[in-house]
Amino acid sequence: MGLTKSSTGTNLLNSNVQYLKNENGFTVALAGNPNVGKSTIFNSLTGLHQHTGNWPGKTVSNATGSFDYLDTNFLLVDIPGTYSILSSSQEEDIARDYICFGNPDVTVVVVDATCLERNLNLVFQIMEITDNVIVCVNLLDEAKKKHIDIDLDLLSNMLGVPVCGTIARKKSTLDNLIDVIYKVCKKEIIPTPKKITYLPIIENSINLLEDKLKTLFNFPSNLYRWISLKLLENDKKIVDSIEKNLDVNFTNDNKLLNLLDNLNNNLDDSRVNKTNFRNIITSSIMKQAEKICNKVCTFENKGYSVRDKKIDKILTSKTFGIPIMLLFLGGIFWITIVGANYPSSILFSFFGYIQENLIDFANLLNCPTWLSNMLILGVYRTLTWIISVMLPPMAIFFPLFTFLEDLGYLPRIAFNMDGFFKKCCCSGKQMITMCMGFGCNAAGVTGCRIINSPREKLIAILTNCFVPCNGRFPFLITIATIFIAGNIQGFTGSIISTMAVLFVILLGIFMTLIISKILSKTILKGMPSSFVLELPPYRKPQFGKILVRSIFDRTLFVLGRAICVAAPAGLVIWIFANVGINGDSLLNIIANFLNPFANLMGLDGYILVAFIFGIPANEIVLPIILMCYLGNGSLVDLDDTFAIGNILVQNGWTILTAINVMIFTCLHFPCTTTLLTIKKETGKWKWTILSFVIPTVCGIALCMFTTFVYNIFVTF
Amino acid sequence: MRELLCLNDLKFNEYGYIYDINCDDGVKKRLLDLGLVKDTCIIPILKSPSSGIKAFDIRGSLIAIRDEDSNLINVYKK
Ligand SMILES: Nc1nc2c(ncn2[C@@H]2O[C@H](COP(=O)(O)OP(=O)(O)OP(=O)(O)O)[C@@H](O)[C@H]2O)c(=O)[nH]1
Ligand SMILES: [Mg+2]
Repeated sequence: MGLTKSSTGTNLLNSNVQYLKNENGFTVALAGNPNVGKSTIFNSLTGLHQHTGNWPGKTVSNATGSFDYLDTNFLLVDIPGTYSILSSSQEEDIARDYICFGNPDVTVVVVDATCLERNLNLVFQIMEITDNVIVCVNLLDEAKKKHIDIDLDLLSNMLGVPVCGTIARKKSTLDNLIDVIYKVCKKEIIPTPKKITYLPIIENSINLLEDKLKTLFNFPSNLYRWISLKLLENDKKIVDSIEKNLDVNFTNDNKLLNLLDNLNNNLDDSRVNKTNFRNIITSSIMKQAEKICNKVCTFENKGYSVRDKKIDKILTSKTFGIPIMLLFLGGIFWITIVGANYPSSILFSFFGYIQENLIDFANLLNCPTWLSNMLILGVYRTLTWIISVMLPPMAIFFPLFTFLEDLGYLPRIAFNMDGFFKKCCCSGKQMITMCMGFGCNAAGVTGCRIINSPREKLIAILTNCFVPCNGRFPFLITIATIFIAGNIQGFTGSIISTMAVLFVILLGIFMTLIISKILSKTILKGMPSSFVLELPPYRKPQFGKILVRSIFDRTLFVLGRAICVAAPAGLVIWIFANVGINGDSLLNIIANFLNPFANLMGLDGYILVAFIFGIPANEIVLPIILMCYLGNGSLVDLDDTFAIGNILVQNGWTILTAINVMIFTCLHFPCTTTLLTIKKETGKWKWTILSFVIPTVCGIALCMFTTFVYNIFVTF
Repeated sequence: MRELLCLNDLKFNEYGYIYDINCDDGVKKRLLDLGLVKDTCIIPILKSPSSGIKAFDIRGSLIAIRDEDSNLINVYKK
């Protein structure tokens, strides 16, 4: 689940790779297949809190952190996972650019001990680029459970590079890795990778081309062979990237082009051509990988785990797959609803108590009433309401959701739902980005980098805010508890509120599908492009870590944002409510102006004002609504959520208002952070504006529709 | 000659061995990255409840491939 990474102290850098260089020490890159534990190792070594999760594509941009060992400083770069240097999606482009051109002192290739064969593919590819490679065989505990035994020394011998075995979750197992990194950096160990030898005809061509390149260009010496190979293969994307990063132009030189043509013709005669080149190369690599694995691994069953298979059969079964998914989601909502109530009322009373004392204190200081009211009833009250209403549900929802994520369930959701997305000409991976949207829409939008096709990626970005993020989610819960469950208390009440929230979420998913379909039939025309998704093994979540990290990160983050946004917003609202023309406050004037339109939507002007004020952060919508209603200073004690309900009812809320507010909470413009992220990811204002307009129009239309239907029912 | 069939027709839990992959370039590359070269063993394991996609055991990891692609992959049985 993403929150803004700046809150965790990690520097995120995704563009120019050259900048990621350690001036005073060494730079170490962490590369590897997706979901092998790179970020976990990164966190252990640097003490930072880069997000980890049990699914491929958790990390989508480079992150750096440093650590000291003995007398030396190391800059560690956590790279997005990639299956190969010949990437296909954006986060993999970032990875490739860094691996190929970042020029770190050492590249640590993290591999998964439970499927070494496939992981070696990337190892060999990276060994073609640089000699300074360390292979880190991670997940040894899982391998042990599957009775896979790996002879690390033999592996090291056969690859020609140092090999370390680790269990990233256990910090002590990383000592050896650090030591080897140190020694390789200090040239105490010199890796001598045993590179793959391809078919003789290909080797010949490589040699000829390599010689030619050496006369023409001045590259780092280890890159000639690799560039020759890539030129022969003529993969446009990678050749472009070479030209860009090394600042050269291959098409300028006629001699080079002639040579390349000749070589390609020669290869063609030996039936090595453009269509099967990649195949032949990969076959040679995989053959070598198989050979090594046969020697170094002993196993009972190298296939997919039997236990996982049993679980998967149930979780993706035709009859139970989707109901179980809803049950999980509903269960999480239910626990959140039930669990949030109590801490919420405690916080309410606590802050209320302080408020009274603050007022007494202000009186004692002879503070002018307008000032104390503005600060206490304006700023302080908004601030504490946010904390009381928002914090408990978040603190419960987050760990629970992270738990599902760590378990490895998210890719299964994508797998289960893929059929529906395919019908809408989209990628099933969109579902994963939507799940991230539950945490934070901005993080969800960035997460869309894992979708290969640019068209599908755009659709996923534009529709991401249809899933309510954690800023809106507690609001939904509060309204559902107060109005939908209403007077029904206890267990039944909580179930009813859960159903209401679940319904809104499903509405969001449904709208996502419809809008995706409409988009792919109109402005983003296209067929569903195919995609391949890895379903990782189920892993036991780290309860303690999840709890500490999500509550701690969340708490800090929410508090920070609340202070930054809510305090000024509270102030402004208070001023609007208390300053006016001809005895009518500014707030009333604006609200009255919006009222006719709001009434069409079954809302009132104040609610719309609150949503508009909520653009910087959705968390503040409910407190602002309350502020509006209580604006001119009347003192109200709020003990719990039901007291909020009373205020709302007194101000004319009906069940229709509640339903429409819930709908509009789910379907309205994204917050500024999300909008800016969309701008950054798509690069165009056009898409940013569209992402603002689409959900808003949907929300308004739907609210008007329910109001219309409701009115018909009431009249008859 | 060994009998060829397309991957999508392979029964669940049955072992197939890759003969050739005729998918479009993007998918083909991705499958190669996953080590799916000629003669690699592949076993259908799961089917999505919303249909249209299946998951296969490839070299010990579980990979989901859409039907329109698995229709273009030929496998043989041993
Ligand atoms: N049991 C076990 N689990 C591990 C180990 N290392 C990592 N994990 C878990 O594996 C999952 C993936 O770890 P990450 O660190 O996010 O993987 P990554 O390589 O950064 O993944 P991407 O960013 O998607 O490329 C997490 O749930 C980790 O807790 C290990 O040695 N043993
Ligand atoms: Mg990562």
